[in-house]
Amino acid sequence: MDFILLIIAFRYLQTHEQTKQVHPDWQTIFFKLLVAACALLVIQISFQTTRSFLSWIAHAATLYIVYAAYNKKEFSPLKHFVYAFFPLVIVYIFQDFAQLMAPVFYETYEAWFETAELFAWIWLVAQFIINRKQRKALELERIKAAQQELQFKQSQKLKDALEIQVAERTAEITAQKEALEKTLHELKAMQSQLIQSEKMASLGELTAGIAHEIQNPLNFVTNFSELNKELLDELKDELEKGDLDEIRAIVSDIEGNEDKIIHHGKRADAIVKGMLQHSRSSSGVKEPTDINELADEYLRLSYHGLRAKDKSFNASMETDFDEAVGSVNVVSQEIGRVILNLVNNAFYAVAEKKRQLEKHGASEVANKYKPTVWLSTKRGVNGIEIRVKDNGTGMPDSVKDKIFQPFFTTKPTGLGTGLGLSLSYDIIKVHGGKLTVSSHNSESEIGENTWTEFLIFIPC
Amino acid sequence: MTKILIVDDERDVELLFRQKFRKEVRSGLLELAFAFSGSEALRLLDSEHPPEVVYVFSDINMPGMTGLELLEKIKRQFPAINVSMISAYGDTENFKKAMDSGAREFFTKPIDFDSLRKEIGKIINQE
Repeated sequence: MDFILLIIAFRYLQTHEQTKQVHPDWQTIFFKLLVAACALLVIQISFQTTRSFLSWIAHAATLYIVYAAYNKKEFSPLKHFVYAFFPLVIVYIFQDFAQLMAPVFYETYEAWFETAELFAWIWLVAQFIINRKQRKALELERIKAAQQELQFKQSQKLKDALEIQVAERTAEITAQKEALEKTLHELKAMQSQLIQSEKMASLGELTAGIAHEIQNPLNFVTNFSELNKELLDELKDELEKGDLDEIRAIVSDIEGNEDKIIHHGKRADAIVKGMLQHSRSSSGVKEPTDINELADEYLRLSYHGLRAKDKSFNASMETDFDEAVGSVNVVSQEIGRVILNLVNNAFYAVAEKKRQLEKHGASEVANKYKPTVWLSTKRGVNGIEIRVKDNGTGMPDSVKDKIFQPFFTTKPTGLGTGLGLSLSYDIIKVHGGKLTVSSHNSESEIGENTWTEFLIFIPC
Repeated sequence: MTKILIVDDERDVELLFRQKFRKEVRSGLLELAFAFSGSEALRLLDSEHPPEVVYVFSDINMPGMTGLELLEKIKRQFPAINVSMISAYGDTENFKKAMDSGAREFFTKPIDFDSLRKEIGKIINQE
């Protein structure tokens, strides 16, 4: 029976989780011991004489296991196992000891010994069953915990991966944002450059007009000065003669001429100032501006500019200024640019129409055609209106839809920047106003009844 | 009495001419008329029966009808009337066009009144 106990013990030890995990090499040792115990059991059964000797070896082995379970750290989880078969070991040792030392005593109490042995076995089996149950429960717990651990690890891994992804995306977006910001910055710089060059281009168109507009007042200054000089000579003569009435007449003439000199001097001055203002970047400061005066000034500049560039060009200008418009708070050079742009376009449209009529050989229509540009102002309830109308080529709807887009132009390459109307639109928008267009264009027949009208509305 | 017409879109031209030729006007040798556009000039010429104006001085650069267009029209309708141009632009293109269309003289601005007076003197003497 001792060896059966040992076999159970070794088997248990060999298959126990503790051994598997902590000392896998011991499994083979336990297996060898198991085989040895089996062999000894066979020997014990075969040769009855060796029984008592071998059973002492078995006792020694079991005692050693008990001792080891109590003292070796590695075996501490096996303590409950020891509880299970410790009573049986004691019973066997005591039995064998009694058989050996006091056979009489043993025989007298053999029934007692057998009963003890039976109880010890029951104890062992019961302990094993309980143990097994506990172990299974524990195992279940352990597997659960391991699963949870695994899950946690997986989610942790997922989280890490996500974090890396987020970091990558963030870096990507940041780089994109920086690139976009740089592009925006470049575009803004380009825009201001374009605005400036558009301004200079329109100034270039104006140069001839400005020259003419300065030439005229300067001529008057020269002529009236010369006239006054002559009048002063006459005055000297009259003083000698003493004709007071004549003297008074001459003096009043001189006075009148001086006024004219001052007027024309100031006119030239205003034109030069206007030109300088036009070429400078906008101060953006709104100031009370006489809209009628501003409109008239730019209309003349535009007309003379075009005239000087193209000698064959001519058109009638008809103005209808509402005196009630008066002064309005605007950035004068900006509104001036808008008017200039619109008037330039109007003159271009009438010149183009005339050219088309002549080209198509419709000489009768061409002779009858009177290129005209109308510029009018009007005070409304909520603000002022400036209208620029021409009886030029007119526009089909397809063109009308696009005219306020930057870089859109119907002029041949090199003649227009395509920015004039787009900038004008922006300027009026900044003033809180509206720039609208209406146009009539008859595609079928050449010429008659085509027109375009731009309407500037500025609230005030 | 010699009547001349001056055409210019600048209104102060009238004051200038009136003072410059004050003596001639006062002495009754000269009568001055003014028009501020080509069409106004033609209307004025049309309204005279028989025609009184013998000489037209016209600016070239005017809105509406240009001086050169006016020149052609006057020469077609009133061939007897002399026309001279007065322009700030004394370039050959304008000059040639004016002369080809039958202009008598071509004056540049600022107006040299001495030569203008001589020209007008010639007309007065012819009369």
